[in-house]
Amino acid sequence: MVDYQPNVVLSTQEFKVVGSRPIRHDGADKVTGRAQYGADIQLQGLLHGKILRSPHAHAKIKSIDASKALAMPGVHAVVTSADWEQPSGKVEDMAEGSIHNLRFISNNVLAYDKALYKGHAIAAVAADSPHQAEQALAAIQVDYEVLKPVVTFRDALKDGAPILHERLQSLSNPGLRAGGYKPDDDTSKGTNLANQFEFNLGDIEKGFQEADIIVEKETNTSAVHQGYIEPHTGTARWNTDGSLTVWSSTQGHFNVRDLMSRMLDLPVSKIKVIPMEIGGGFGAKGIIYSEPVAALLAKKANRPVKVTMSRTEVFEASGPTSGTNVRVKLGASNDGKLLAAEAHLTFESGAFPGSPVPGGCNCIFSPYDIPNTYLEGIDVVVNKPKSAAYRAPGAPAAAFAMETAIDELCEKLGMDAIEFRLLNTAKEGTRRATGPLMPYVGFVETLNAAKEHPHYSAPLQGPNQGRGVASGFWGNGTGPASAVAIVNADGTVALVEGSADLSGTRVAFAQQAAEVLGIAVEDVKPSVGDTESVGFTSNSGGSGATFKTGWACYEAAQDVKRQMIARVAKVWEVSEDDVEYVDGVLQHRSDPELKMTFRQVAARQNATGGPITGNAGVNPGGAGPCLATHIVDVEVDPDTGKVTVLRYTAVQDVGKAIHPGYVEGQIQGGAVQGIGWGLNEEYFTSDQGVMMNSTFLDYRMPTSLDLPMIDTVIVEVPNPNHPFGVRGVGEVPIVPPMAALSNAIHAALGVRVNQLPMTPGAILEAVWEKDGK
Amino acid sequence: MADVWIPTGMQILTDGQQRVQVEGRNVRQIVNNLETQFPGTKARLFDEEEDDLLPGVAVIVDGEASQLGLLERVEENSEVHFLPAIGGG
Repeated sequence: MVDYQPNVVLSTQEFKVVGSRPIRHDGADKVTGRAQYGADIQLQGLLHGKILRSPHAHAKIKSIDASKALAMPGVHAVVTSADWEQPSGKVEDMAEGSIHNLRFISNNVLAYDKALYKGHAIAAVAADSPHQAEQALAAIQVDYEVLKPVVTFRDALKDGAPILHERLQSLSNPGLRAGGYKPDDDTSKGTNLANQFEFNLGDIEKGFQEADIIVEKETNTSAVHQGYIEPHTGTARWNTDGSLTVWSSTQGHFNVRDLMSRMLDLPVSKIKVIPMEIGGGFGAKGIIYSEPVAALLAKKANRPVKVTMSRTEVFEASGPTSGTNVRVKLGASNDGKLLAAEAHLTFESGAFPGSPVPGGCNCIFSPYDIPNTYLEGIDVVVNKPKSAAYRAPGAPAAAFAMETAIDELCEKLGMDAIEFRLLNTAKEGTRRATGPLMPYVGFVETLNAAKEHPHYSAPLQGPNQGRGVASGFWGNGTGPASAVAIVNADGTVALVEGSADLSGTRVAFAQQAAEVLGIAVEDVKPSVGDTESVGFTSNSGGSGATFKTGWACYEAAQDVKRQMIARVAKVWEVSEDDVEYVDGVLQHRSDPELKMTFRQVAARQNATGGPITGNAGVNPGGAGPCLATHIVDVEVDPDTGKVTVLRYTAVQDVGKAIHPGYVEGQIQGGAVQGIGWGLNEEYFTSDQGVMMNSTFLDYRMPTSLDLPMIDTVIVEVPNPNHPFGVRGVGEVPIVPPMAALSNAIHAALGVRVNQLPMTPGAILEAVWEKDGK
Repeated sequence: MADVWIPTGMQILTDGQQRVQVEGRNVRQIVNNLETQFPGTKARLFDEEEDDLLPGVAVIVDGEASQLGLLERVEENSEVHFLPAIGGG
């Protein structure tokens, strides 16, 4: 038993349903195995698709001969990139934060003229059984001209380095993060440098001149995978009217529809995407891999086709995060004020442009008020899988450099880590390094909560133990979202919304609708609508679903409320202005005899004017940023370098926790993924660009046996721009852990480990270097 | 007039100025008037074919990322930034 409260909610505003902890509506189906995930779909005549992948990290595809495969029993179709038109190389903005170069996506789904990483899809087979499809893959003959790969950004930027894309447009614009191709008549030399941009604020040289203390450091992080339990899967069926139905495990089924529309040259009205339950995404299921291949195979075979990746395919051919290099320099006065900060962030984007380096630049200095800053972001293509979003894309690697540099600064100044942050914390109106002013945020409250937590003052229990602290920032997102609230005659509400449910958002949406309507959350039945059942809704990403789709549910419930007031006014023959709606009861403002409950009005809806259905489509601004501060205690074995995490506390401003239990789960999950990123996980890539650990046996994610319980403190500083004060939750908890661990290891052993993961080997190297061995 | 912050990579088009004063009641007018004052800037922000901001360009008005793009209202003393749109996980 612990002698403190392991999970704390510091509320400032209470509601009836919002802020409670109901059982999630989909919980029973999920724990009993009845929930239908992507690969669970079964259709009459379903074929199984398998993908032939490149054994080479870099090669020209000279020819593909599938004739032998097509002649094999049970084989119905083979497709390659020749089976569809190559789309434009122009960058397109398709939804919130969803910026795509369709040519790159198309060429990632099926390689065009070059294989650009080991595992790159070359061709696909549809057969009666998965085994027949796999056997047929082996019969496809591909003639490759093997090229030298570049597997690190340093190699990729050398003079004379092999070039991945001869016509890659090298940009100097932070806006065009996804890159593009040069015009045909541009004969300038090819490059692997996809983008390079900078931000300046104040006078960086003057800032460093005025500083009493300067810290400089360089960090490197390996690529890691999101490690979602469910592999990518997509199923496609062409209907007799020429339309296409797709079943997908995705963070954004509208985005799947829109991308498929562009890639297959089919109107969106001809594509229906049905979202299946999703077994984890963490950002990487916001794009498509299997769905277009399934559609091409299904078209050729004239049968529905399902394509599901194996775990090795997920590792080798979906999107891990970038490998990164960050150089940071901080200057402070003797009294602990940050005066200048400079950072150079270089991110490997993988085989196609578009790493999350803008996100890293946006976040690295954001927790702090620094008058003079310089930021440079560099995006480099290498022969590895195209990177994809992973929880707070770009921010964790940036924070690893920044927050460990701050720890070094605190050490030199002799200042407490939290006091230093409080002295330098960004507040409403602080000018950020990228230019805009900081909106209303709860950084100070979060830091104070961390400082006052029993963990922060608890004595360490033995030798080789250390405590580390780090903070992190994420801006949180928003976007278009839709919801429909259908009132049933029995007084319940069917709530259809457009956001894929990654983390229990269904219940959070139901809570917001129930709060408005003054009914029990159990009387609201939420479901995720397909692309023909509810209006466009942008991806469940950017920690924005509970903000934007919650807002849509709030508005749909308000629509129901307005209609109910009109119905009751009609029945009572009074003005609508005389009717008020209080806690699920409609009552006359001055005649206490006139009352009807929500359930009574629902029962009479048809007789009073017809079915009551509330609709809402919103695109709200005002997503509120949030900050987290994590405290970790570790014990490090000085002989083996093994790190044991002894105690972990995550403190975070979430605005308002709609369902505190699931908010705690998000914070704990993010912290655990950060611990894995910090201590264990990495892509081991050979110099030939081959991932050497593409199974969960060799790619070491932490398990419950490796971890203590993650304690949480939910700080509620409501976002003034949301009806219930929601900011966002899911991403920022992965930002501080790596730096907090590194700072704790330093406190334990006196060594700085500036690379991720901080494996026993890396720690021993640092110890030996310190000891002069 | 609005206080418009110019991305570092575009300051070559504004004589090295990081902040310029531009007339306009919405973002579209700001982009057009910026082009009048500093030719070449519009092409870095605006997609003629789509009649919209270029993909990946986010406009921040008074500290908040706009969801309305060119239609976003700009006040007399507003602060306008053009930044990369940040996608989330």
